[in-house]
Parts: sequence; C-alpha cells; structure tokens
Amino acid sequence: MAKTQIAMKVNGKTVEALVEPRTLLIHFLREQLNLTGAHIGCDTSHCGACTVELDGKSVKSCTMFAVQAQGSDILTIEGIAGADGALHALQEGFREMHGLQCGYCTPGMITRAYRLLQDNPKPTEDEIRNGIAGNLCRCTGYQNIVKAIQYAAAKLSGTPFQEAAE
Amino acid sequence: MIPGAFAYHRPKSVSEAVGLLADLGEDARALAGGHSLIPMMKLRLATPEHLVDLAGIGALKGVRADGGDIVIGSMTTQHELIAAQLLTSKLPIIGETSLVIGDPQVRYVGTLGGNVANGDPGNDMPAVMMCLGATYHVVGKNGERRVAAREFYQGAYFTALEAGEIVTAIRIPVPPAGHGYAYEKLKRKIGDYATAAAAVVLTLDKGVVASCSIGLTNVAETPLWAEEAGKLLVGSKLDAATIKLAAAAAEAITAPASDNRGPAAYRTKMAGVMLTRALARAKSRAA
Repeated sequence: MAKTQIAMKVNGKTVEALVEPRTLLIHFLREQLNLTGAHIGCDTSHCGACTVELDGKSVKSCTMFAVQAQGSDILTIEGIAGADGALHALQEGFREMHGLQCGYCTPGMITRAYRLLQDNPKPTEDEIRNGIAGNLCRCTGYQNIVKAIQYAAAKLSGTPFQEAAE
Repeated sequence: MIPGAFAYHRPKSVSEAVGLLADLGEDARALAGGHSLIPMMKLRLATPEHLVDLAGIGALKGVRADGGDIVIGSMTTQHELIAAQLLTSKLPIIGETSLVIGDPQVRYVGTLGGNVANGDPGNDMPAVMMCLGATYHVVGKNGERRVAAREFYQGAYFTALEAGEIVTAIRIPVPPAGHGYAYEKLKRKIGDYATAAAAVVLTLDKGVVASCSIGLTNVAETPLWAEEAGKLLVGSKLDAATIKLAAAAAEAITAPASDNRGPAAYRTKMAGVMLTRALARAKSRAA
C-alpha cells in the first residue's frame, strides 16, 4: 500500500514522515520517532497506557491512525519535563508520593493528569478519580496516584500540599 | 494488533465525502471518531480497503438551535456535547448520557454521529435519540433524506443507512422547559457497555404525567423505544403500582443475549430496574 506523507508537531518539534495509512499513532511514535515513553498495554483502548496529548485532548494513541494526526500538535511523556530537564510537578508528585510501582501505566497517567490539570487546576479527589478513569493501574490501587496528582495540583497553583488523613 | 492495509482519504466537504463513498463502493467505510471501527479493524473483523475520514469536514461539527429543534453535527464529540451550553440548558439528558460513554480519552474522540450510525446495540445514544424522537439527516450521492431514529435501527449493525450514505446531523425536538429526564445505565466498570440502560423524558402537569417517552439500551439486537410502557404512565402520578406495570411492559419487549454481563433473564430484569430508577430521577427533576 502506498505510503502517505504526514507532518505534525511532536513535543515542540516539527516532524515529517512517510507512513502506511494503517500505522497506528502509538506505533509511529514508538517505532519511527523512537519515543517509547507511551506504552502499549491492552491494545484495545481500555487501559490508557498509550495516552498522549493531541491538540489539547487526551487520546489513546493505540486507537488512532498516524494519518489522522496530520497537522496536529502532540505532547508525549518525553515532552513533559522542562527543557533543562527539570521534572514537571506531576513527575515530581509521582516520585514523592510513590505514585508508581512497576511504572508501566505511569506515562499514560501523567499525560492524562497533565490535561486534567490544564482543564481543572484545582480538582477534587472525585474529579481526579473520574479524570483518570480511562487509565488502569494494576499495582498501586490508585491511592498514591491520586495523591501524586493532588501534590502536582497544589504545587502548580502555589498552595501548600496537605496530604489527606488516611 | 495491526489492521489490514487501506487507502486513506480526507475529504473537505460532505459532497466530496459522499462522492468518494459512492465511487469507492462497498470496500469503503466512513471514519468518524474510530473508537468502534478501529478496534474492529485491529481484530480484522472489519477490513475496509478505503477509509474516508470525516474529521476534515468543518460543517459536521457543532450544536445549534433551529426553530424548536436542536441540530447537532454528526462529528461533534461527546466531550464537546458535555461542554455545550445549549445542551446543558435545553437538553441535559445528552450530557448525562455522554458522561457514561467510554472514559475521558474516548469522549474526546468519540462522536455522536458515530455512536448513532454504527448500529451497535451497545451504544448509548441510539436509545436516547429514540426516546427524544430525534431525526437523522442522511446524505448520499443523490442528496439528503431524513430518517426518524425510531425507524433507523433494523438489527445489530444493520440500519436504514444505504451504502455510500452518511449521517451528517442529528435533529432533536427540544422537550418543554421543566421536563424531567434521566439516563440510567448499569455497567460493570467505566468504559463498559450497558448490562441494561434506560432513557426517560417526561413532563408533569400538577404531578400527573402529561407525556412520557422511554428508550432502552443493549437489551435487544437494536435499541428499543418502549412505547407501550410510556403510554401506561401517561395520566398517572408515577405511583408504585403504575411504575411496576410500566417496568413489566418494558421488560416484555426486551430480548437480550446472555453474555459476560449476565444471563438474558437478569439483563431483562435490569432493564426494568433501570427504568424504575430513571423514572424516579426524571420525576425529581420535573417542574
């Protein structure tokens, strides 16, 4: 099948490539751009490990063709930290609050939480839980992921983080 | 999982899209949000040779008022439906239903048109559209026709859409101000299809039901409009005995499959339970 020329912005850089139309966005990111941060988990759009940000939306990149992302602006976990390598508040929160164990879901969790906090800088615990409802974690039981996002929300809005009593 | 090979088309207008679909014939499929079609393609249950992506057609987006109707472009996403002010104020059942579809990522991409046109009995919007008495604008190479949601669904994945036609808009008559509404969905987890679900829109006049329309999701090969159950409730004060009769009438038209969500008898019973809950919530919201 003939390849199609696509161009998009990924983590601030313009990329151009030839892809087969059937190439899924996650495969394009991982195999052609070597951005292996976003993971393939369930491969059926349930688990959210492949979540990336596309034009201000969180999307599951296993359920989208790379050609559909033509002209878009994509942010992956690799683009979350500052240019100087300083961790984003979410990354710091996941480290400080032990928001991960095996780490497989973490890139998707952080990219999803990034959009959640952009849209709702001061979410309640319920809003956080609903906001990450499309991301599965099989290790943590979510408690520390919620705390990590609360930590980041507090830091980004300049308010002190108060860990809720157990 | 990697889908079969296909050629990708991204038309800029509806006429270009339906022209492509007509020329390419049965090997072509229209692509909306893709959250039903792409998983099917990954499993090779669908192997279209051409995909006609509707995402580049700006005219298929948005929510607008048109006389006493609200018209929603078929490529409007569930996320956009939840945020649309016009729907929050006039047709809140749309946002309530959107919020129980998929998960946040799915709702950013999944569209109303895809949800209603795909013909999957698990989709939530078709029963809501039957409940609301919506009409679909269907466009093919030979122009536009309009099909009532209540006449659109013929079987699992079989609809009134002819080859080469697409749904371009969904037209919904706005229910009277003060109407009561609810969409009650029983599901095992976030992102799941309904074990059973019920949509209710009703109006009250001094506590007496003046009108009542009921749709049921995923308890038959097609979404169902429970006309008889709705009629039984008109004239009642939504007393327990009448609700019981209506729930029984709704259960009587179901024919669910036994699957991982439960045996058929259970899913039928849950259709009645969802209807009972939806009626209570709709009543509490009605003015």
